[in-house]
Amino acid sequence: MNAAHDYRLIADVMQFIYREARLQDEHEYEAWEALWAEDAIYWIPAGDTIDPDKSMSIVYDNRSRIALRVKQLLTGRHFSQSPRSALRRVVSNVEVIAADGDTVRAAANAMLFESNIKGETLWASRNEYTLRRAGDDFLMARKKVDLVNKDKALFSMAFLM
Amino acid sequence: MDDVADALPIENLIRRDRVHGSLYTDPAIFERELGNIWYRTWVYVGHESEVPDANDFVMKSIGPEPIIMTRDGRGAIQLLHNRCPHRGNTVCVADRGNAASFTCPFHSWTFNNDGSLRGFPFPGGYQGVDRSRLGLGRVPRVASYRGFVFGSLTADGPDLHTHLGAARQAIDALCRTSPDGEVQITTGFLKHKVRANWKLVVENETDGYHPAFVHASIFRVAQSGIGSLYSDDSSAVARYLEDGHSENDLRPEFRKRDEPLGWFGTSPARLPDYVARMEAAYGADEARRIMIDGTPHIMIYPNLFIAEIQIFVLQPLAVDLTVQHVSALQFKGAPDLNRRMLQQTMGSVGPAGFLLADDAEMYERTHMGLRARDPAWLYIGRGLGRERRDENGFRVGAATDETPTRGIWEHYRSLMRTAQP
Ligand code: FES
Ligand SMILES: [Fe+2]
Repeated sequence: MNAAHDYRLIADVMQFIYREARLQDEHEYEAWEALWAEDAIYWIPAGDTIDPDKSMSIVYDNRSRIALRVKQLLTGRHFSQSPRSALRRVVSNVEVIAADGDTVRAAANAMLFESNIKGETLWASRNEYTLRRAGDDFLMARKKVDLVNKDKALFSMAFLM
Repeated sequence: MDDVADALPIENLIRRDRVHGSLYTDPAIFERELGNIWYRTWVYVGHESEVPDANDFVMKSIGPEPIIMTRDGRGAIQLLHNRCPHRGNTVCVADRGNAASFTCPFHSWTFNNDGSLRGFPFPGGYQGVDRSRLGLGRVPRVASYRGFVFGSLTADGPDLHTHLGAARQAIDALCRTSPDGEVQITTGFLKHKVRANWKLVVENETDGYHPAFVHASIFRVAQSGIGSLYSDDSSAVARYLEDGHSENDLRPEFRKRDEPLGWFGTSPARLPDYVARMEAAYGADEARRIMIDGTPHIMIYPNLFIAEIQIFVLQPLAVDLTVQHVSALQFKGAPDLNRRMLQQTMGSVGPAGFLLADDAEMYERTHMGLRARDPAWLYIGRGLGRERRDENGFRVGAATDETPTRGIWEHYRSLMRTAQP
């Protein structure tokens, strides 16, 4: 069956993506970290990013760096997230791009409103996921957050994007 | 004590051990800084390695103003204003590229990448006009030191060599960390914006007092050795290098530890290729010395911060808005070290960086705090009682002292008291 017509698969992928969004908005750091596979890559390119192994990205985390990010947030003394930003995001336009055995590639648009002690910021991105079947759930093997304004100067974003 | 800022000339807002809060928040002072500092002194613009080939260009800035850095057809670096001399349109909206000429979209005047006017359409309307006067504005003084390109928007003043002063030795030391003696900026920039005055950023770069507190979260979870460099019992020193430049000199501590590549949190065993190339280039003893000393941590006034493994380029946009452009340094001939420097830099800096997101938070909260009016003065006297002169006559304090901050303000005072050019 064409992945784009596999409604059961699409529904599972949407539920996973919405759950990830909620965990991020609610700063459920450990639950969010548990969504990642061992070989994970969490990638937020910058305007100058050509090849993430040769040029700067805003975030280019492997699994151990994701763990470090979460640990720093959990100290409660990562001042850029202490106090935490109030966050709400809407994820939409979910598409399953391809399904191959256990691996599913999907993409979505995200719009995120952030409010913190310094002001309010709107973030918009195209998110690309590589998900891997794990029992009746998924793990994230790769997430790329492609910010609409990645070529511009950006305020801090130490929350989970 | 609580003088009203506008009742005082700017030089009276700066004392030996305190500065007036309005210096960070007054829009009129910001405007004057543009004329007296940003559009007058030498300002770092970019690195030659960002435009390696003929006709390469990259968009840079001097203060809030965009500046196009090009390498012209003859190989010379040019700094051009992005403003059409006809009616003022922008002639370039790309961040980088390769172009022998720029064509203004409004009426199609075309300029060579050295700024000269190449031509305009329907030339019959410009009979007798002197084309040589209708080129793009060029930055009157352009000079580079070891690939670092600086520009000054004022035609006269001390030359770059003089301006850099003791900072030249730091740049030399940086280049020596490359087996080929050259650094390169090839990894692109993150642009991190903060709602804070630019001087809060400058001061923070060589403030050795804050890391133990602001960065405690990451030092703890990453088991980082950086924290102890800025502790009360560190043998590192804070130094004011005159001309506005300041540094945290960590070499005394690294020499005490006597571990090659300890400055980078690693060991020769993990970077065998780099170590072999360094030994081939400098000999085993000198290579060892270089690898123990590490790279500088120096703020070159007003906008180039070399932070061990990365550079920050500061850009003031408004009295309360600043951008830090940051890139990983790359050492020519050191691919294995370079890969790690890029990875480490990406983790540390930028909007989501383990270190810089928290620094940015401090700049922004300080700027918020300065909106409260009392007490009007900030205290910068830490370490005054134990400040000394080193063998070169530079003022030196303990690792956590405010010696750099006092020097920076003294320099600022001398720049701001002179009439605007
Ligand atoms: S404004 Fe540029 S050609 Fe007229
Ligand atoms: Fe810091």
